[in-house]
Order: sequence, then structure tokens, then C-alpha cells
Amino acid sequence: MDGGVAPGPAHAPEVDSAVSIKTQKAAMPLYASRIKVHPKNVSGLYRNIKWGMLVACLAVYYIAPWLRWDRGLFAPDQAILIDLPGRRAYFFFLEIWPQEVYFLTGILVLAAFGLFLATALFGRIWCGYACPQTVWTDLFMLVERWIEGDRNARIRLDAAPASFGKFAKRTAKHASWIVLSLATGGACILFFGDAPTLLTELFTGRASASEYFFVGLFATTTYVLAGFAREQVCTYMCPWPRFQSAMLDDRSYVVTYESWRGEPRGRLAKKADGSDPFVGRGDCVDCNACVATCPTGIDIRDGQQLECIGCGLCIDACNAVMDKVGRPRSLIRFDTLDNQRARAEGRAPVHRLIRARTVLYTLLLAVVGSIMLVGVVFRSTVELTVQRDRNPLYVRLVDGSVRNAYTVHVLNKTHNMRDYTLALEGLPTARLSMVGGEGAGDRLVLSAKPDQVASYRVFVTLPDGAATKHESTQIEFKLRAADGRDRTERETVFIAPPN
Amino acid sequence: MPTKIEKDAVTGTDTTGHEWDGIKELNTPLPKWWLYTFYATILWALGYFVLYPAWPGLSGHTTGVLGWTMRGEISESLAQAAAAQAPFVNRIDAASLEDIAKSTDLRNFAIAGGRSVFAVNCAPCHGAGAAGSKGFPNLVDDNWIWGGTLDDIHTTIQNGIRNSNPDSRISQMPRFGADKILDAKQIDDVAEYVLSLSRRSRNAAAAERGAVVYSENCEACHLQGGVGNAEMGAPSLAANIWLYGGDKATLVETITNSRAGAMPAWTDRIDAARIKMLTVYVHSLGGGK
Repeated sequence: MDGGVAPGPAHAPEVDSAVSIKTQKAAMPLYASRIKVHPKNVSGLYRNIKWGMLVACLAVYYIAPWLRWDRGLFAPDQAILIDLPGRRAYFFFLEIWPQEVYFLTGILVLAAFGLFLATALFGRIWCGYACPQTVWTDLFMLVERWIEGDRNARIRLDAAPASFGKFAKRTAKHASWIVLSLATGGACILFFGDAPTLLTELFTGRASASEYFFVGLFATTTYVLAGFAREQVCTYMCPWPRFQSAMLDDRSYVVTYESWRGEPRGRLAKKADGSDPFVGRGDCVDCNACVATCPTGIDIRDGQQLECIGCGLCIDACNAVMDKVGRPRSLIRFDTLDNQRARAEGRAPVHRLIRARTVLYTLLLAVVGSIMLVGVVFRSTVELTVQRDRNPLYVRLVDGSVRNAYTVHVLNKTHNMRDYTLALEGLPTARLSMVGGEGAGDRLVLSAKPDQVASYRVFVTLPDGAATKHESTQIEFKLRAADGRDRTERETVFIAPPN
Repeated sequence: MPTKIEKDAVTGTDTTGHEWDGIKELNTPLPKWWLYTFYATILWALGYFVLYPAWPGLSGHTTGVLGWTMRGEISESLAQAAAAQAPFVNRIDAASLEDIAKSTDLRNFAIAGGRSVFAVNCAPCHGAGAAGSKGFPNLVDDNWIWGGTLDDIHTTIQNGIRNSNPDSRISQMPRFGADKILDAKQIDDVAEYVLSLSRRSRNAAAAERGAVVYSENCEACHLQGGVGNAEMGAPSLAANIWLYGGDKATLVETITNSRAGAMPAWTDRIDAARIKMLTVYVHSLGGGK
């Protein structure tokens, strides 16, 4: 501070009486009601990042169903679409049939490893910034703050007796929440049908009952989870906080309180002699700004906790106070536990992002990603399944020949009408024929409509005297697209009575 | 009987007032949300009593204001299914058997529908896979007693075989042995001849004698060389496919006492469109001509 002027803050910070919910809970019996958290608004770097992520996530959610992707005449042009009645899922260039659900599994595995890697590096940034529960809770809190005011105003309003003003504010808040919830539920089902058509239907009352049901369901869950359950979802419902510590180590960046510098904490009081009030004590002025701003209502100074979602809002709150009292920022900061020990001992912090754990997660990501890529690139647009008739196993015909029947399904995954030729390998003298189709002899012509499965009953006839070595002979059906680009085969058996 | 509610010193919780041998029970009530959910389910159940059939009486039960029954629900969904199939069924009704077999859509619908009609009505005798069994013809092979064209199969299904329907297919093989038309020696010879038609005779002399008996007694229906005559329902004897068995003892039994398998007429039991579907299905099994 300037010479002559007593060192110390320009003005004392506002002291909040917030007490962490854990402290409050310790005094309560089992099955106590939830202790309501009234997070205080804050501004700063992490708050801005959180706002940015909120806008980005909501933008993806609301814009994605409206993206178009041309797939020709016989398929929908919505870029991201899960067509449940049609049993298809579309994701830009990728189109998934039900039996290819392993692509979805792959995406989920990638997402899981991505989450592990992010957590190992930077702690629970998913929880703090990108999880739908965080995004929608933040949005609902924003509306709450606009209508009912900030933390103290809301606490006062909660305690105030019933009045017209209170009723009006509550009505406005819940009405806005319900509108937001309906918008959330409404957008959710747009991923399951043609968005423009569905939206018109929803508003003109022509959508199906199940569509309204799902809008209602997702609206209700949004309203309950973002309006009321909030941090309880993270603490009690979500499994992730319970095992995320397995991904963390002492070199992961998490929200930490520099207790070595903050303690012993104490309220800021001017020394009678005007000397530096921070001599002989820690930097923490025990203003509770970090507790008041925490969306899960905890006190970060208690150390690493299950409830902490790693959003860093307490960092912003503390930095503002540190600026006011003239102490260095980052009393609460994103830092590793190792670095905190180093700083406490006066050593320089070491930043190590590349470690066995992160390398392993990256490798797993790369391996699964490569497998997925190979799967997508080499995805065949035709599939063949063959079911042998088992009742009867074989038929002997008038001319003494033996016939087996097969039900052949041709899956045409392209968006064009396609012809295929079916040939047989393994029984050189056998003849192919089919019901209602062209061609007979050594190859058949099967056609399949765009994006459809075509079923044919195919007969394989072995002439009299052309004995087979065993009762059961391995044969293979070979299917080839008429344009020659796609081929596939399927093994089965031919059964003839022993000679 | 609650005696005295007191505050527990350790936990600060009230007791229920119950005490057994000095053991007192803490009053830790259920969570509110749990209790209210429980009450809500009770109310929900009351709603069921009013809306749905619930209470048994001496001569029936309460029907509920919705008038819902399980039977009603299934007949409703059956009616829905029938309505959904109606356009196709009407087209099948109007089309000829040949047209149904030629059109991919109609053929696929007929085969799928025919399969279900077959499973309900025909499978008990002909088997689920239509492979038949002793006395019940195999419908999968290409050996037909009464003909294997679409029209032949259609007529057989409609009118049946050897039943009281006036249009029923009728034919009767004489009981050559029981009615003393042939003696045992002749029957043995003709059986040997029949075996020779499928190259299974081991007694050329008997077969030669049998050929004469055959030409005098059997050829009128089974035709020369035993090729059979679908017009008369006379099976082929040369195909080595047998309804009752092709070994010599069974052949002798058949010639001696004759056979008279019967099949019901389905024209009054299944509607015309479904009989057509059934015809196309049977024809598609592989043996259709």
C-alpha cells in the first residue's frame, strides 16, 4: 500500500453467513428434507467459460435436429435422426441398421474414454460445464435470479409470509421454468422424426399421443431435475461422482483451496495500530463467498469432496474478494494436489499432462477410434442371411433328386433399387431355383428395393445319383451386386439322405 | 401400548414409547416423499376399482365405468388388423390365382397369410412343415395325387377328398383281396411288379406275371408304367414316393384292402380369399406345377 496509509483493504468485504450444507446436515436427523441451496451470482473467468459452454451446448441441442443431409429420394434428409418405426439411425454420412448397433456401442465407448481422459487431466470439467444437468440447472438458476433476485433476495423471499408480490414472483418463475421445460422436451423428440413436420404437428395438435407423452415426460424431468432436484442429482443419483476418483490422481487439475496460505482464516479486522492485518494469519478472510456461490452448497475449504462438480465458480468468487482485500488471487484455484504440496513447501509447481494414465486413455481412445473408422469405411452396403428349412430337412422328388429349401434375406442398404446374382459353391451339380423369381440353374437374379430387406425362397436341387459324401455338405451362397461393387457370402449346409 | 415418549439422550430423537425388556424404539419416521408416494398409490388403486372390473360378486363382478374387458380389447385389435389387411385381402379376392402368383406384392402377402391359415387348419394332419406323414401326403415334394397346379390345389382345398361335400373329389380303389377280385398269389405278383416300377424288384419272374395282372386290373387308373392319373386321384407308382409305405408288405396290404384317405372340404370353413392364399402358399412350398 502507499506510504503513510495503513495497509489493509480499501473497504471490508461483504460477509455472508452461509454455512455449508454438510455442516447443517450433521445436526439433522435421518431423512431430513433437502437443505435448499441459494447460489449467489458471481462474475469472472470461470463464470464466463460456463456461460459460453451453456450457450454452446444449448445451441447444439436446438440446432442439430434442423441440419439437413441429402441422402436421395428414398431416405430422410435430416442429418441426425433416430427413426424408431423405420428401425434406422442416421448420423450425417452414416446410416445404421438395427444389427449394426455396435456403432452406437463404439460411440459410447469413445465417449466414456474421452470422459476418463478429460477427468484424468482436468478433473470433473464434464460435471461442471457440459453435463445436461449442469447446463439446465444453470439456465433455471439464471431465470430464477432474473425474477426473484440474487441469493439474499431469494432467502428473504423464501422466509417472507405469503403475499401478492411473492405469489406473482413464484408464478412467473414456475411459468418460465415450464416454458423452458416444454421447449426442452419438445426439442428432444425432434431427433426422432422429421423436425419441421414434427414441430408443425406438435403445435397444430396433429402429433401422435406418444409424441405428446414424450414431450411431457422430458418436460417433467427437466422441470423436476433442473428446478428442484438440482445438486441432489449429482450427489445422490449420478453414479459418475462415485467412481470418478478412480480416474483422478495427484497430478490431475482439480479445484483446490490453498490451505497453506489461507489458514488460519479469520474475519478481516483492522489492527488498532493500523499495521498489516494479515500478519500472523492466513489470507482467507472467511467471508464465505465461496460457499455462497457454490451450486452444490459445499465449502471447498473442507478439501476434495464428492459433491464438488469442479465448476470453479468459487474461484471467481474468491478472486473478487482477494482483489478487494489486496491479497494475491488464486487462493482457490484449478491445481494439482502435487502442486499444492509443492507450493506449500515453496517449491515450483510442475505441470505434467503426459503421464501413464493419460497416455493409456489416449491410446484406448485411438484404438477404439481406429476400429470405428475401419468399420465405417469398410461398411458393406449389402448383407445376406440364409435360413435353412428344417421341417422337412430335405425332400425327395419324383425324378429321384433331393431338394433343400432356404429362406434368403438380402439387405439392400443403398438408396437405389438393386439387382444381385446369387450363386452356389460346394455342390457343382446342384441346381438353383426359386419361387416367383427369374433365373434358374447355377445362378439366380434377386432384386431388393432401396433401403429394404428382400426375402426369397430358394431351392437347391441335387440330381438323382449325384451322391454326397456325407449326410450334411458344407455349401456357400455367394451374393454379388449386379454393378459388381459389393459382394458377400454366407455358409450353410445341404442335407441329403445317406446313400 | 405407547407408554411414555421421551427424547433419546444419544441421538436426540424421540422414542415411539414402546419398550420391551428395557429396549426402547426410536421414532425415525419414513421419508416424506416415500410416505406420500405410498398414499398416492392407494389413491391410484381406488381409481382402478372405479374404472376397471374389480370386485367379484355372487353372479359376476363389477364392470367398471370404462366398460373395459380383455376380450373386448383383443377383438378390437383383431378388427384393427383385419381393417389393415382389407385392401390386400380385397385385391386377392378379385385376382385370379395366376395373377396372385405373378404379382410380387400379392404373392408375398398370400404366402405369409397362407402360412398362418395352414398352421391353424392344415398342420394337424400335414405337419407344420407340410411334409406330411403316413396317410397324409407330403405337400413339399412334386408328387401330387390330385394334381399340383394352382387350380388343382385350389379345388382340392375347397372341396376336400372323399367327404360329404357334393363336389368332393371321389375315387375308390377296389379291395382286390378282401372282395376276392384277385387271389393272394396274384396280389403278391402285382406287388412285385409295382416294386419293379421303381427298380426295387428282386423277383423278375413274379414281376413279369404281375405285369399281366396289372394291365388287366390296375392300368385303367394308374396308367401304363404306373405313372398315375391325377384326374382320378390315382397316385404314381413309379416315383418311389409312398403315402402309406413302399415296402412289399405294405403294398400287399394296400392292394388287398385298399385305402381311402379323406380330407374335409374347407369352402364353408375358410373364406374364399384365405383359401386362395392357402393355395398359393401350398403351391410355393416347392412342388407346385
